[in-house]
Amino acid sequence: MNASETRAKQAPPVPDAAAAGDGPPPGRADDSAVLQAIGLHVWYGRSLALKNIDIDIPRHKITALIGPSGCGKSTLLRCFNRMNDLIADARMDGDVRFDGVSIAGPKVDAVTLRRRIGMVFQKPNPFPKSIYNNIAWGARINGYRGDMDELVERSLRRAALWDEVKNKIHRSGLELSGGQQQRLCIARTLAVEPEVILMDEPCSALDPISTARVEDLMDDLKDDYTIVIVTHNMQQARRVSDMTACLMPDESSTDGQRTGVLVEFSPTDLLFTNPKDKRTEAYITGRIG
Amino acid sequence: MSDAADADFRPHRRLRRLLGPIFGAACLLATLTGVVVLTVLMGAILSAAVSGPPHAPWYDLGAHARELGSLVSRLLANRQSSDPSAAGYHVGVIGSLWLLALVATLGIPVGIGAGVFLEEYLPAGRVRRLIQTNIANLAGVPSIVYGILGLALFVRAFGVKGLALGPSLLAGVMTLSLLILPTIVITTQEALRTVPPSLRQAALALGATRWQVISGHVLPAALPGIMTGTILGLSRAVGETAPLLMVGAAGSLLRAPRGPLDRYTALPVEIYNYAKEPNREFQAVAAGGILILVVLLLSMNAVAILIRNRFRRGR
Repeated sequence: MNASETRAKQAPPVPDAAAAGDGPPPGRADDSAVLQAIGLHVWYGRSLALKNIDIDIPRHKITALIGPSGCGKSTLLRCFNRMNDLIADARMDGDVRFDGVSIAGPKVDAVTLRRRIGMVFQKPNPFPKSIYNNIAWGARINGYRGDMDELVERSLRRAALWDEVKNKIHRSGLELSGGQQQRLCIARTLAVEPEVILMDEPCSALDPISTARVEDLMDDLKDDYTIVIVTHNMQQARRVSDMTACLMPDESSTDGQRTGVLVEFSPTDLLFTNPKDKRTEAYITGRIG
Repeated sequence: MSDAADADFRPHRRLRRLLGPIFGAACLLATLTGVVVLTVLMGAILSAAVSGPPHAPWYDLGAHARELGSLVSRLLANRQSSDPSAAGYHVGVIGSLWLLALVATLGIPVGIGAGVFLEEYLPAGRVRRLIQTNIANLAGVPSIVYGILGLALFVRAFGVKGLALGPSLLAGVMTLSLLILPTIVITTQEALRTVPPSLRQAALALGATRWQVISGHVLPAALPGIMTGTILGLSRAVGETAPLLMVGAAGSLLRAPRGPLDRYTALPVEIYNYAKEPNREFQAVAAGGILILVVLLLSMNAVAILIRNRFRRGR
């Protein structure tokens, strides 16, 4: 898969799931869905981590994945940019589509994919380089030919970090505070111009003020990017997201392994005020999880 | 608590309280062994320097520092001789520097490359475990065994004409490179393992290829550790005598090598040869050679530490 080819397929806004043929009932795929999981199962070794997940991530919206620990939220997130490939015994069944094109299988170039689907991690992980090079490195390895200084400034502005660091741009990224480091990581992701940003509990290592800044930033970014965020913090999911997916451990599993299933996926307002599923209700009211 | 339950426990309070201090004392004793030996040695040297046996100027550090300097420079300038007053290490020092440079250019890239491959490219499994175990065992093989290996493989090439290097500098270099390879491979792997996975993930998530991740982040982060292993290996190579005796470092040689295929000798080999001379005056020459060797090794370690600190700060 190369970028231009995928873009070409994306261009006419036709329901593409039917065109793609295999798998799910046509019509399920909303043409505004940028990421889709269809009948997705994930195994780590012999234990099933995710069971039969069907989800459409809408374009230019913030989608939150909530649920108790060990229910596979991060696993699902990592399926979208093939980071599970790095885990030796992870295995995937079913389909994941990006702009209607399957990204599963060995033929898809995960390197190209990961440039288009960026990721921000739980713990801020800036490179042990200068702030400037933290941002420039990703662009450089992807063959960026434009004005690097301009790109660095634009990315830092976009991540609401420029004013705080503009005078020390050649100092180490590790000298920044935790919240600044996380925004630097977001800026670094933005610099390679992805279409989707996956965030794996981006605020769990941050204090409330830094958290608020990152949340404001996410709100700004959703005009241009699709954001998927895993969070343990239900208030955060409520504050920032448009759609919320609630994952739960599968109660029918008997082998003692935690297998995640998607129990509810609906607009955030609805999910928190009027949950359709008993398990969602129990989780968001704090009775389980 | 009932008496019956109490009877199930035998607390040995006294013994348990004692065991800690006993273990601590044993550890202290172990530490003192080294300290005591060193103290005795220093004391002996100092008392010798103060009283000064008249015929041993290098003991007389206080009064004869200049004399020591002139002794060392004489040893560095003179070639081998059967006359102790004219004997020196000129050819051996140059041979050792040749060895050092060539072993570094051959052993370091191969060792680091093998370490990177094993750690970053070869998937964990039976093959990797097998190679790993073998390399770990090789690190403990006595150096004379490498000497025999070098003799068969490089010096004689199993009798194949044209491939046999003879007792040349290159054969010695290849033998010593093999000798230090396990050390470099293992320390490289250990250094790579200390690079946090979050750093690799960050780079991969930006769309970096494996090579870009390794060259851009993993190797730079692991460099201080790799440097340590490399310098350790080189120091060992410079100090080795036994394998060089096997692969034909010349016992007596009056001409310094001019190229990789020349005959050669090395500083430790010459020290060994002087030390076994029956004439007592050669002992002074041997001692002076050891001094030169120690200074060479210490300065190599110092350079390694400097480079390492520079890299740590540079990031």
